[in-house]
Amino acid sequence: MNHTDAELLKQIADMDGVPEGAYNIRKDGGLDSRRSTDTIEISSKEDKPGIDIRIKAGTKGQDVHIPVLLTQSGLQDLVYNDFFIGEDCDVDIIAGCGIHNDGCDTSQHDGVHTFYVGRGSKVRYTEKHYGEGEGTGARIMNPHTIVYLEEGASIQLETVQIRGVDHTKRYTKVEVGAGAEAVVTERLLTHGEQFAESKMDVILKGEGARTQVISRSVAQDKSVQVFYPQVEGDAPCFGHVQCDSIIMGQAKVSSIPAIVANHMDAQLIHEAAIGKIAGDQILKLMTLGLTEEEAEQKILDGFLR
Amino acid sequence: MLELKHLAFSVEEGAGQKDILRDVSLTVPDGAFWVITGPNGGGKTSLARAIMGLNKPTGGKILWNGEDITDLSITERAKRGISYGFQQPPRFKGLRVRDLLGLAAGNPFLSRTEGCQLLTQVGLCAADYIDREVDASLSGGEVKRIEIASILARKSPLMIFDEPEAGIDLWSFAKLTETFRYIHDKREATIVIISHQERIIGLADEIVLVADGLVSEQGPREEIFPKILANTQPGCAFVGEEGQA
Repeated sequence: MNHTDAELLKQIADMDGVPEGAYNIRKDGGLDSRRSTDTIEISSKEDKPGIDIRIKAGTKGQDVHIPVLLTQSGLQDLVYNDFFIGEDCDVDIIAGCGIHNDGCDTSQHDGVHTFYVGRGSKVRYTEKHYGEGEGTGARIMNPHTIVYLEEGASIQLETVQIRGVDHTKRYTKVEVGAGAEAVVTERLLTHGEQFAESKMDVILKGEGARTQVISRSVAQDKSVQVFYPQVEGDAPCFGHVQCDSIIMGQAKVSSIPAIVANHMDAQLIHEAAIGKIAGDQILKLMTLGLTEEEAEQKILDGFLR
Repeated sequence: MLELKHLAFSVEEGAGQKDILRDVSLTVPDGAFWVITGPNGGGKTSLARAIMGLNKPTGGKILWNGEDITDLSITERAKRGISYGFQQPPRFKGLRVRDLLGLAAGNPFLSRTEGCQLLTQVGLCAADYIDREVDASLSGGEVKRIEIASILARKSPLMIFDEPEAGIDLWSFAKLTETFRYIHDKREATIVIISHQERIIGLADEIVLVADGLVSEQGPREEIFPKILANTQPGCAFVGEEGQA
Protein backbone atom coordinates (compact mmCIF):
# COMPACT_ATOMS: atom_id res chain seq x y z
CA MET A 1 0.00 0.00 0.00
CA ASN A 2 1.51 3.34 -1.01
CA HIS A 3 1.08 6.81 0.47
CA THR A 4 -1.84 7.78 -1.82
CA ASP A 5 -3.72 4.64 -0.81
CA ALA A 6 -3.12 5.29 2.86
CA GLU A 7 -4.37 8.89 2.52
CA LEU A 8 -7.50 7.80 0.68
CA LEU A 9 -8.22 5.16 3.31
CA LYS A 10 -7.91 7.72 6.03
CA GLN A 11 -10.37 10.03 4.26
CA ILE A 12 -13.04 7.48 3.47
CA ALA A 13 -12.80 4.96 6.29
CA ASP A 14 -10.88 6.71 9.10
CA MET A 15 -8.43 3.88 8.67
CA ASP A 16 -4.88 4.26 9.88
CA GLY A 17 -3.19 1.20 8.46
CA VAL A 18 -4.89 -2.16 8.51
CA PRO A 19 -8.00 -2.16 10.69
CA GLU A 20 -8.78 -4.63 13.43
CA GLY A 21 -11.46 -7.19 12.71
CA ALA A 22 -12.87 -8.14 9.34
CA TYR A 23 -12.01 -6.09 6.28
CA ASN A 24 -11.82 -6.16 2.52
CA ILE A 25 -9.85 -3.57 0.56
CA ARG A 26 -10.67 -3.40 -3.13
CA LYS A 27 -8.22 -1.50 -5.30
CA ASP A 28 -8.43 -0.69 -9.00
CA GLY A 29 -11.04 -3.31 -9.74
CA GLY A 30 -9.54 -6.21 -7.82
CA LEU A 31 -8.88 -7.54 -4.34
CA ASP A 32 -6.06 -5.84 -2.45
CA SER A 33 -6.37 -7.57 0.90
CA ARG A 34 -8.97 -9.27 3.10
CA ARG A 35 -9.51 -10.74 6.52
CA SER A 36 -12.45 -12.81 7.77
CA THR A 37 -13.06 -13.53 11.43
CA ASP A 38 -14.84 -16.34 13.29
CA THR A 39 -18.12 -14.49 13.08
CA ILE A 40 -17.75 -12.42 9.91
CA GLU A 41 -16.96 -14.22 6.70
CA ILE A 42 -16.05 -12.34 3.54
CA SER A 43 -15.93 -14.21 0.23
CA SER A 44 -15.69 -13.22 -3.44
CA LYS A 45 -18.74 -13.59 -5.60
CA GLU A 46 -18.40 -16.15 -8.35
CA ASP A 47 -20.96 -14.87 -10.86
CA LYS A 48 -20.07 -11.16 -10.79
CA PRO A 49 -17.58 -8.73 -9.27
CA GLY A 50 -18.03 -8.12 -5.56
CA ILE A 51 -18.20 -9.82 -2.22
CA ASP A 52 -20.60 -11.53 0.13
CA ILE A 53 -20.30 -10.60 3.80
CA ARG A 54 -21.96 -13.04 6.14
CA ILE A 55 -22.34 -12.03 9.76
CA LYS A 56 -23.30 -14.80 12.17
CA ALA A 57 -26.36 -14.42 14.39
CA GLY A 58 -25.56 -12.87 17.75
CA THR A 59 -22.38 -11.07 16.58
CA LYS A 60 -22.00 -7.94 18.67
CA GLY A 61 -19.60 -5.04 18.96
CA GLN A 62 -17.65 -5.81 15.77
CA ASP A 63 -16.63 -3.68 12.79
CA VAL A 64 -16.35 -4.51 9.10
CA HIS A 65 -14.33 -2.20 6.84
CA ILE A 66 -14.84 -2.53 3.08
CA PRO A 67 -13.17 0.44 1.38
CA VAL A 68 -12.68 0.78 -2.37
CA LEU A 69 -9.79 2.67 -3.95
CA LEU A 70 -9.49 3.82 -7.53
CA THR A 71 -6.09 5.19 -8.41
CA GLN A 72 -5.79 4.31 -12.11
CA SER A 73 -7.17 7.01 -14.36
CA GLY A 74 -9.82 5.71 -16.73
CA LEU A 75 -10.90 2.74 -14.66
CA GLN A 76 -14.61 1.88 -14.65
CA ASP A 77 -15.40 -0.29 -11.66
CA LEU A 78 -18.75 -1.95 -10.94
CA VAL A 79 -19.11 -3.97 -7.77
CA TYR A 80 -21.87 -5.83 -5.94
CA ASN A 81 -21.52 -6.24 -2.19
CA ASP A 82 -24.15 -8.24 -0.33
CA PHE A 83 -24.42 -8.28 3.44
CA PHE A 84 -26.25 -11.11 5.15
CA ILE A 85 -26.65 -10.11 8.78
CA GLY A 86 -28.05 -12.77 11.08
CA GLU A 87 -30.50 -12.21 13.92
CA ASP A 88 -29.68 -10.25 17.05
CA CYS A 89 -26.42 -8.69 15.83
CA ASP A 90 -24.97 -5.28 16.67
CA VAL A 91 -22.33 -4.26 14.11
CA ASP A 92 -20.66 -1.29 12.45
CA ILE A 93 -19.99 -1.44 8.72
CA ILE A 94 -17.69 1.16 7.26
CA ALA A 95 -17.62 1.43 3.48
CA GLY A 96 -16.38 4.17 1.23
CA CYS A 97 -14.83 4.92 -2.06
CA GLY A 98 -11.85 7.12 -2.71
CA ILE A 99 -10.84 8.08 -6.22
CA HIS A 100 -7.43 9.54 -6.87
CA ASN A 101 -7.41 10.56 -10.50
CA ASP A 102 -4.27 12.21 -11.80
CA GLY A 103 -5.03 11.36 -15.40
CA CYS A 104 -7.37 12.77 -18.00
CA ASP A 105 -9.73 9.82 -18.36
CA THR A 106 -12.90 9.35 -16.39
CA SER A 107 -12.65 7.16 -13.28
CA GLN A 108 -15.92 5.64 -12.22
CA HIS A 109 -17.05 3.47 -9.33
CA ASP A 110 -20.58 2.10 -9.16
CA GLY A 111 -21.17 0.18 -5.96
CA VAL A 112 -24.34 -1.77 -5.34
CA HIS A 113 -24.69 -2.62 -1.65
CA THR A 114 -27.51 -4.83 -0.47
CA PHE A 115 -28.20 -5.48 3.20
CA TYR A 116 -30.38 -8.24 4.55
CA VAL A 117 -30.72 -7.37 8.24
CA GLY A 118 -32.07 -10.18 10.44
CA ARG A 119 -34.66 -9.84 13.20
CA GLY A 120 -33.70 -7.56 16.04
CA SER A 121 -30.26 -6.71 14.61
CA LYS A 122 -28.70 -3.25 14.82
CA VAL A 123 -26.48 -2.02 12.01
CA ARG A 124 -24.63 1.24 11.64
CA TYR A 125 -23.51 1.73 8.08
CA THR A 126 -21.24 4.61 7.07
CA GLU A 127 -20.29 5.31 3.49
CA LYS A 128 -17.93 8.12 2.57
CA HIS A 129 -17.13 9.23 -0.93
CA TYR A 130 -14.09 11.26 -1.69
CA GLY A 131 -12.27 12.31 -4.81
CA GLU A 132 -8.87 13.91 -5.32
CA GLY A 133 -6.10 14.19 -7.87
CA GLU A 134 -4.67 16.77 -10.22
CA GLY A 135 -5.90 15.26 -13.49
CA THR A 136 -8.68 16.57 -15.70
CA GLY A 137 -10.39 13.16 -15.76
CA ALA A 138 -13.82 13.17 -14.14
CA ARG A 139 -14.48 11.30 -10.90
CA ILE A 140 -17.83 9.58 -10.99
CA MET A 141 -19.58 7.55 -8.29
CA ASN A 142 -23.05 6.04 -8.53
CA PRO A 143 -23.78 4.16 -5.34
CA HIS A 144 -26.88 2.05 -4.88
CA THR A 145 -27.81 1.02 -1.38
CA ILE A 146 -30.64 -1.44 -0.85
CA VAL A 147 -31.70 -2.45 2.67
CA TYR A 148 -34.21 -5.03 3.87
CA LEU A 149 -34.99 -4.74 7.58
CA GLU A 150 -36.71 -7.69 9.21
CA GLU A 151 -38.95 -7.33 12.24
CA GLY A 152 -37.44 -5.22 15.00
CA ALA A 153 -34.20 -4.61 13.10
CA SER A 154 -32.63 -1.18 12.73
CA ILE A 155 -30.12 0.57 10.53
CA GLN A 156 -28.40 3.92 10.83
CA LEU A 157 -27.36 4.62 7.30
CA GLU A 158 -25.00 7.53 6.93
CA THR A 159 -23.63 8.66 3.60
CA VAL A 160 -21.16 11.47 3.19
CA GLN A 161 -19.81 13.02 0.03
CA ILE A 162 -17.79 16.16 0.66
CA ARG A 163 -16.04 17.63 -2.37
CA GLY A 164 -14.13 15.95 -5.14
CA VAL A 165 -16.81 13.87 -6.85
CA ASP A 166 -17.76 15.35 -10.20
CA HIS A 167 -20.87 13.41 -10.97
CA THR A 168 -23.00 11.26 -8.76
CA LYS A 169 -26.36 9.57 -9.03
CA ARG A 170 -27.20 7.95 -5.78
CA TYR A 171 -30.08 5.59 -5.12
CA THR A 172 -31.13 4.35 -1.71
CA LYS A 173 -33.99 1.98 -1.01
CA VAL A 174 -34.98 0.73 2.44
CA GLU A 175 -37.82 -1.70 3.15
CA VAL A 176 -38.71 -1.44 6.81
CA GLY A 177 -40.46 -4.39 8.47
CA ALA A 178 -42.73 -4.39 11.52
CA GLY A 179 -41.25 -2.58 14.50
CA ALA A 180 -38.07 -1.88 12.55
CA GLU A 181 -36.39 1.52 12.20
CA ALA A 182 -34.29 3.17 9.51
CA VAL A 183 -32.44 6.42 10.17
CA VAL A 184 -31.00 7.67 6.89
CA THR A 185 -28.60 10.61 7.01
CA GLU A 186 -27.11 12.10 3.90
CA ARG A 187 -24.51 14.86 3.80
CA LEU A 188 -23.31 16.31 0.57
CA LEU A 189 -21.15 19.18 -0.59
CA THR A 190 -20.68 19.95 -4.26
CA HIS A 191 -18.57 22.69 -5.80
CA GLY A 192 -17.23 23.77 -9.16
CA GLU A 193 -19.46 22.33 -11.87
CA GLN A 194 -20.29 19.12 -10.05
CA PHE A 195 -23.61 17.37 -10.31
CA ALA A 196 -25.27 15.26 -7.63
CA GLU A 197 -28.61 13.52 -7.66
CA SER A 198 -29.97 11.54 -4.75
CA LYS A 199 -33.10 9.47 -4.95
CA MET A 200 -34.43 7.63 -1.93
CA ASP A 201 -37.33 5.28 -1.40
CA VAL A 202 -38.10 4.27 2.15
CA ILE A 203 -41.03 1.88 2.32
CA LEU A 204 -42.58 1.38 5.74
CA LYS A 205 -44.10 -2.04 5.24
CA GLY A 206 -44.90 -3.39 8.70
CA GLU A 207 -46.84 -2.16 11.70
CA GLY A 208 -44.78 0.14 13.90
CA ALA A 209 -42.12 0.73 11.22
CA ARG A 210 -40.34 4.06 11.62
CA THR A 211 -37.98 6.14 9.57
CA GLN A 212 -36.21 9.42 9.77
CA VAL A 213 -34.56 10.77 6.63
CA ILE A 214 -32.21 13.70 7.14
CA SER A 215 -30.55 15.26 4.13
CA ARG A 216 -28.17 18.19 4.51
CA SER A 217 -26.36 19.65 1.57
CA VAL A 218 -24.26 22.58 0.51
CA ALA A 219 -24.14 23.57 -3.15
CA GLN A 220 -21.30 25.94 -4.02
CA ASP A 221 -20.09 27.65 -7.20
CA LYS A 222 -21.99 26.38 -10.27
CA SER A 223 -22.81 22.94 -8.94
CA VAL A 224 -26.23 21.35 -9.27
CA GLN A 225 -28.03 19.13 -6.77
CA VAL A 226 -31.33 17.29 -7.10
CA PHE A 227 -33.03 15.39 -4.27
CA TYR A 228 -35.97 13.02 -4.49
CA PRO A 229 -36.52 11.55 -1.02
CA GLN A 230 -39.73 9.56 -0.83
CA VAL A 231 -41.28 7.79 2.15
CA GLU A 232 -44.17 5.41 1.65
CA GLY A 233 -46.30 4.11 4.50
CA ASP A 234 -48.12 0.83 3.92
CA ALA A 235 -49.04 0.15 7.57
CA PRO A 236 -49.48 2.03 10.85
CA CYS A 237 -46.08 3.67 10.84
CA PHE A 238 -44.17 6.92 11.30
CA GLY A 239 -41.95 8.67 8.78
CA HIS A 240 -40.19 12.04 8.81
CA VAL A 241 -38.22 13.53 5.91
CA GLN A 242 -36.10 16.61 6.47
CA CYS A 243 -34.18 18.15 3.57
CA ASP A 244 -32.03 21.20 4.23
CA SER A 245 -29.78 22.84 1.68
CA ILE A 246 -27.48 25.82 1.75
CA ILE A 247 -27.11 27.41 -1.65
CA MET A 248 -24.12 29.56 -2.59
CA GLY A 249 -22.64 31.24 -5.65
CA GLN A 250 -24.51 30.32 -8.81
CA ALA A 251 -25.47 26.84 -7.68
CA LYS A 252 -28.87 25.25 -8.26
CA VAL A 253 -30.70 22.98 -5.85
CA SER A 254 -33.96 21.11 -6.38
CA SER A 255 -35.52 19.39 -3.41
CA ILE A 256 -38.53 17.27 -4.23
CA PRO A 257 -39.58 15.25 -1.20
CA ALA A 258 -42.65 13.04 -1.41
CA ILE A 259 -44.70 11.20 1.16
CA VAL A 260 -47.12 8.48 0.15
CA ALA A 261 -49.64 7.00 2.58
CA ASN A 262 -51.27 3.71 1.70
CA HIS A 263 -52.71 3.16 5.15
CA MET A 264 -54.99 5.29 7.29
CA ASP A 265 -52.59 5.13 10.26
CA ALA A 266 -49.48 6.07 8.35
CA GLN A 267 -48.12 9.30 9.89
CA LEU A 268 -45.79 10.96 7.45
CA ILE A 269 -44.17 14.39 7.56
CA HIS A 270 -41.85 16.15 5.19
CA GLU A 271 -39.94 19.37 5.56
CA ALA A 272 -37.69 20.93 2.95
CA ALA A 273 -35.76 24.17 3.03
CA ILE A 274 -33.24 25.81 0.72
CA GLY A 275 -31.55 29.08 1.58
CA LYS A 276 -28.31 30.94 1.71
CA ILE A 277 -26.27 31.32 4.90
CA ALA A 278 -28.09 33.79 7.12
CA GLY A 279 -26.25 37.12 7.31
CA ASP A 280 -26.62 37.39 11.08
CA GLN A 281 -24.94 33.99 11.54
CA ILE A 282 -21.83 35.30 9.80
CA LEU A 283 -21.97 38.59 11.73
CA LYS A 284 -22.30 36.77 15.05
CA LEU A 285 -19.20 34.67 14.39
CA MET A 286 -17.32 37.77 13.21
CA THR A 287 -18.08 39.42 16.56
CA LEU A 288 -16.22 36.46 18.10
CA GLY A 289 -13.13 37.40 16.09
CA LEU A 290 -13.52 35.22 12.99
CA THR A 291 -13.07 36.65 9.51
CA GLU A 292 -16.01 36.46 7.13
CA GLU A 293 -14.44 33.47 5.35
CA GLU A 294 -13.69 31.66 8.60
CA ALA A 295 -17.23 32.31 9.81
CA GLU A 296 -18.71 30.89 6.61
CA GLN A 297 -16.54 27.78 6.88
CA LYS A 298 -17.54 27.19 10.51
CA ILE A 299 -21.20 27.48 9.59
CA LEU A 300 -20.81 24.97 6.75
CA ASP A 301 -18.74 22.59 8.91
CA GLY A 302 -21.41 22.62 11.59
CA PHE A 303 -24.23 22.20 9.07
CA LEU A 304 -22.56 19.16 7.50
CA ARG A 305 -21.24 17.68 10.71
CA MET B 1 -11.56 53.53 27.63
CA LEU B 2 -14.34 53.82 25.10
CA GLU B 3 -15.02 57.22 23.56
CA LEU B 4 -17.88 58.10 21.23
CA LYS B 5 -17.52 61.50 19.57
CA HIS B 6 -20.54 63.05 17.87
CA LEU B 7 -21.69 59.68 16.61
CA ALA B 8 -24.42 59.81 13.98
CA PHE B 9 -26.21 57.06 12.10
CA SER B 10 -28.89 57.44 9.44
CA VAL B 11 -30.67 55.02 7.16
CA GLU B 12 -32.33 55.54 3.81
CA GLU B 13 -36.08 55.57 4.15
CA GLY B 14 -38.16 56.05 1.04
CA ALA B 15 -36.93 59.16 -0.73
CA GLY B 16 -35.39 60.69 2.38
CA GLN B 17 -33.33 59.52 5.30
CA LYS B 18 -34.12 58.66 8.87
CA ASP B 19 -31.75 59.77 11.59
CA ILE B 20 -31.38 56.98 14.13
CA LEU B 21 -28.48 58.52 16.07
CA ARG B 22 -28.15 62.29 15.82
CA ASP B 23 -25.18 63.27 17.91
CA VAL B 24 -24.01 60.96 20.66
CA SER B 25 -20.86 61.66 22.66
CA LEU B 26 -19.93 59.45 25.61
CA THR B 27 -16.75 58.48 27.46
CA VAL B 28 -16.88 55.15 29.29
CA PRO B 29 -13.94 54.69 31.68
CA ASP B 30 -12.26 51.31 32.12
CA GLY B 31 -13.93 48.96 34.55
CA ALA B 32 -17.18 50.95 34.58
CA PHE B 33 -20.67 49.45 34.57
CA TRP B 34 -22.98 51.56 32.44
CA VAL B 35 -26.59 50.97 31.59
CA ILE B 36 -28.12 52.55 28.53
CA THR B 37 -31.85 52.81 28.79
CA GLY B 38 -34.65 54.73 27.14
CA PRO B 39 -37.78 54.28 25.05
CA ASN B 40 -38.09 51.74 22.25
CA GLY B 41 -36.87 53.04 18.92
CA GLY B 42 -34.68 55.65 20.64
CA GLY B 43 -31.42 54.38 19.08
CA LYS B 44 -29.94 52.21 21.86
CA THR B 45 -29.37 49.07 19.80
CA SER B 46 -28.04 51.10 16.86
CA LEU B 47 -25.56 52.70 19.23
CA ALA B 48 -24.35 49.34 20.58
CA ARG B 49 -24.13 47.84 17.08
CA ALA B 50 -22.14 50.85 15.89
CA ILE B 51 -19.56 50.24 18.64
CA MET B 52 -19.22 46.59 17.53
CA GLY B 53 -19.04 47.61 13.86
CA LEU B 54 -22.34 46.01 12.88
CA ASN B 55 -23.63 49.44 11.83
CA LYS B 56 -21.47 51.87 9.95
CA PRO B 57 -21.84 55.35 11.46
CA THR B 58 -22.67 58.16 9.06
CA GLY B 59 -20.82 60.66 11.23
CA GLY B 60 -18.52 60.97 14.23
CA LYS B 61 -15.82 58.76 15.66
CA ILE B 62 -15.40 55.75 17.94
CA LEU B 63 -12.18 55.47 19.93
CA TRP B 64 -11.14 52.41 21.90
CA ASN B 65 -8.14 52.82 24.18
CA GLY B 66 -7.24 55.92 22.22
CA GLU B 67 -7.30 54.20 18.82
CA ASP B 68 -9.79 55.36 16.19
CA ILE B 69 -11.72 52.19 15.33
CA THR B 70 -14.49 53.86 13.33
CA ASP B 71 -13.36 52.24 10.09
CA LEU B 72 -12.23 48.90 11.49
CA SER B 73 -14.10 45.72 10.58
CA ILE B 74 -16.17 43.71 13.07
CA THR B 75 -13.42 41.06 13.20
CA GLU B 76 -10.70 43.62 13.95
CA ARG B 77 -12.77 45.20 16.73
CA ALA B 78 -13.44 41.74 18.18
CA LYS B 79 -9.70 41.05 18.15
CA ARG B 80 -9.12 44.30 20.03
CA GLY B 81 -11.36 43.10 22.83
CA ILE B 82 -14.83 44.39 22.04
CA SER B 83 -17.71 41.96 22.36
CA TYR B 84 -21.44 42.30 21.79
CA GLY B 85 -24.29 40.06 22.88
CA PHE B 86 -27.03 40.20 20.27
CA GLN B 87 -30.53 41.24 21.21
CA GLN B 88 -31.87 38.46 19.01
CA PRO B 89 -29.07 35.93 18.64
CA PRO B 90 -29.01 33.84 15.46
CA ARG B 91 -29.42 30.08 15.57
CA PHE B 92 -27.14 27.63 13.83
CA LYS B 93 -28.11 24.21 12.53
CA GLY B 94 -25.40 21.76 13.43
CA LEU B 95 -23.27 24.05 15.61
CA ARG B 96 -23.29 22.78 19.19
CA VAL B 97 -23.25 24.95 22.30
CA ARG B 98 -19.72 23.74 23.09
CA ASP B 99 -18.60 24.64 19.54
CA LEU B 100 -19.95 28.17 19.88
CA LEU B 101 -18.37 28.64 23.32
CA GLY B 102 -15.08 27.24 21.96
CA LEU B 103 -15.13 29.75 19.09
CA ALA B 104 -15.95 32.55 21.52
CA ALA B 105 -13.13 31.56 23.88
CA GLY B 106 -10.77 31.30 20.91
CA ASN B 107 -10.09 27.75 22.01
CA PRO B 108 -11.52 24.94 19.85
CA PHE B 109 -10.51 22.49 22.55
CA LEU B 110 -12.46 24.25 25.30
CA SER B 111 -12.92 21.59 27.95
CA ARG B 112 -16.31 20.31 28.95
CA THR B 113 -15.72 21.66 32.46
CA GLU B 114 -14.91 25.17 31.20
CA GLY B 115 -17.99 25.14 28.95
CA CYS B 116 -20.17 23.97 31.79
CA GLN B 117 -18.87 26.69 34.11
CA LEU B 118 -19.86 29.34 31.58
CA LEU B 119 -23.37 27.92 31.23
CA THR B 120 -23.80 27.77 34.98
CA GLN B 121 -22.98 31.50 35.17
CA VAL B 122 -26.03 32.25 33.01
CA GLY B 123 -28.30 29.93 34.96
CA LEU B 124 -28.34 26.98 32.56
CA CYS B 125 -27.96 23.44 33.80
CA ALA B 126 -24.77 22.76 31.88
CA ALA B 127 -25.00 19.00 31.36
CA ASP B 128 -28.33 19.41 29.57
CA TYR B 129 -27.04 21.97 27.10
CA ILE B 130 -23.34 21.59 26.34
CA ASP B 131 -23.82 19.06 23.52
CA ARG B 132 -27.05 20.48 22.13
CA GLU B 133 -27.19 22.30 18.83
CA VAL B 134 -27.82 26.04 18.90
CA ASP B 135 -30.81 25.55 16.63
CA ALA B 136 -34.56 26.09 16.64
CA SER B 137 -35.02 23.37 19.26
CA LEU B 138 -33.88 25.87 21.91
CA SER B 139 -36.31 28.39 23.35
CA GLY B 140 -35.73 32.14 23.00
CA GLY B 141 -34.60 32.40 26.62
CA GLU B 142 -32.19 29.48 26.23
CA VAL B 143 -30.58 30.92 23.09
CA LYS B 144 -30.30 34.28 24.83
CA ARG B 145 -28.47 32.79 27.80
CA ILE B 146 -26.11 30.83 25.54
CA GLU B 147 -25.44 34.12 23.75
CA ILE B 148 -24.50 35.76 27.05
CA ALA B 149 -22.31 32.77 27.95
CA SER B 150 -20.50 33.24 24.60
CA ILE B 151 -19.67 36.82 25.62
CA LEU B 152 -18.46 35.71 29.06
CA ALA B 153 -16.30 33.08 27.30
CA ARG B 154 -14.47 35.80 25.41
CA LYS B 155 -13.20 37.44 28.59
CA SER B 156 -12.91 40.63 26.60
CA PRO B 157 -12.20 44.01 28.20
CA LEU B 158 -15.40 45.55 26.78
CA MET B 159 -18.65 43.62 27.03
CA ILE B 160 -21.79 45.06 25.52
CA PHE B 161 -25.08 43.28 26.20
CA ASP B 162 -28.27 44.18 24.34
CA GLU B 163 -31.29 43.57 26.57
CA PRO B 164 -29.84 40.48 28.24
CA GLU B 165 -33.00 40.09 30.31
CA ALA B 166 -35.28 39.55 27.29
CA GLY B 167 -37.05 36.20 27.42
CA ILE B 168 -35.23 35.02 30.53
CA ASP B 169 -37.16 33.60 33.46
CA LEU B 170 -37.01 35.14 36.90
CA TRP B 171 -34.81 32.42 38.43
CA SER B 172 -32.16 32.50 35.70
CA PHE B 173 -32.30 36.26 35.73
CA ALA B 174 -31.25 36.36 39.37
CA LYS B 175 -28.20 34.24 38.49
CA LEU B 176 -27.41 36.52 35.59
CA THR B 177 -27.48 39.73 37.63
CA GLU B 178 -25.23 38.01 40.15
CA THR B 179 -22.78 37.22 37.34
CA PHE B 180 -22.78 40.84 36.10
CA ARG B 181 -22.23 42.05 39.64
CA TYR B 182 -19.35 39.59 40.12
CA ILE B 183 -17.58 40.72 36.92
CA HIS B 184 -18.03 44.32 37.93
CA ASP B 185 -16.82 43.77 41.49
CA LYS B 186 -13.63 42.25 40.16
CA ARG B 187 -13.31 45.11 37.65
CA GLU B 188 -12.48 42.49 35.03
CA ALA B 189 -14.15 44.36 32.20
CA THR B 190 -16.01 47.46 31.16
CA ILE B 191 -19.67 46.54 30.96
CA VAL B 192 -22.25 48.39 28.89
CA ILE B 193 -25.76 46.98 29.09
CA ILE B 194 -28.82 48.09 27.21
CA SER B 195 -31.65 47.34 29.56
CA HIS B 196 -35.08 48.32 30.81
CA GLN B 197 -34.83 46.10 33.85
CA GLU B 198 -34.77 47.79 37.25
CA ARG B 199 -32.48 45.17 38.76
CA ILE B 200 -29.91 45.66 36.03
CA ILE B 201 -30.23 49.44 36.13
CA GLY B 202 -29.74 49.10 39.89
CA LEU B 203 -26.27 47.61 39.31
CA ALA B 204 -25.03 50.51 37.18
CA ASP B 205 -22.47 53.13 38.18
CA GLU B 206 -23.78 55.41 35.50
CA ILE B 207 -27.06 55.57 33.61
CA VAL B 208 -27.42 56.97 30.11
CA LEU B 209 -30.88 57.74 28.84
CA VAL B 210 -31.04 57.63 25.04
CA ALA B 211 -34.13 58.97 23.31
CA ASP B 212 -34.74 60.15 19.78
CA GLY B 213 -31.12 59.52 18.78
CA LEU B 214 -29.67 61.72 21.52
CA VAL B 215 -28.39 61.36 25.07
CA SER B 216 -31.22 63.02 26.99
CA GLU B 217 -29.92 62.33 30.49
CA GLN B 218 -26.67 61.01 31.87
CA GLY B 219 -25.29 60.67 35.34
CA PRO B 220 -24.67 58.46 38.37
CA ARG B 221 -27.34 55.90 39.15
CA GLU B 222 -28.37 57.61 42.39
CA GLU B 223 -29.17 60.76 40.47
CA ILE B 224 -30.76 59.44 37.28
CA PHE B 225 -32.66 56.39 38.51
CA PRO B 226 -35.18 58.36 40.64
CA LYS B 227 -35.82 60.69 37.68
CA ILE B 228 -36.58 57.76 35.38
CA LEU B 229 -38.96 56.27 37.93
CA ALA B 230 -40.71 59.61 38.41
CA ASN B 231 -41.21 60.06 34.67
CA THR B 232 -42.65 56.59 34.17
CA GLN B 233 -46.35 56.86 33.43
CA PRO B 234 -48.09 53.79 34.79
CA GLY B 235 -50.31 52.37 32.07
CA CYS B 236 -51.84 54.41 29.27
CA ALA B 237 -52.95 57.92 30.13
CA PHE B 238 -55.93 57.68 27.79
CA VAL B 239 -57.25 54.51 29.42
CA GLY B 240 -56.64 56.12 32.81
CA GLU B 241 -58.82 59.12 31.98
CA GLU B 242 -61.53 56.92 30.53
CA GLY B 243 -61.45 54.79 33.65
CA GLN B 244 -61.97 57.81 35.87
CA ALA B 245 -64.78 59.23 33.75
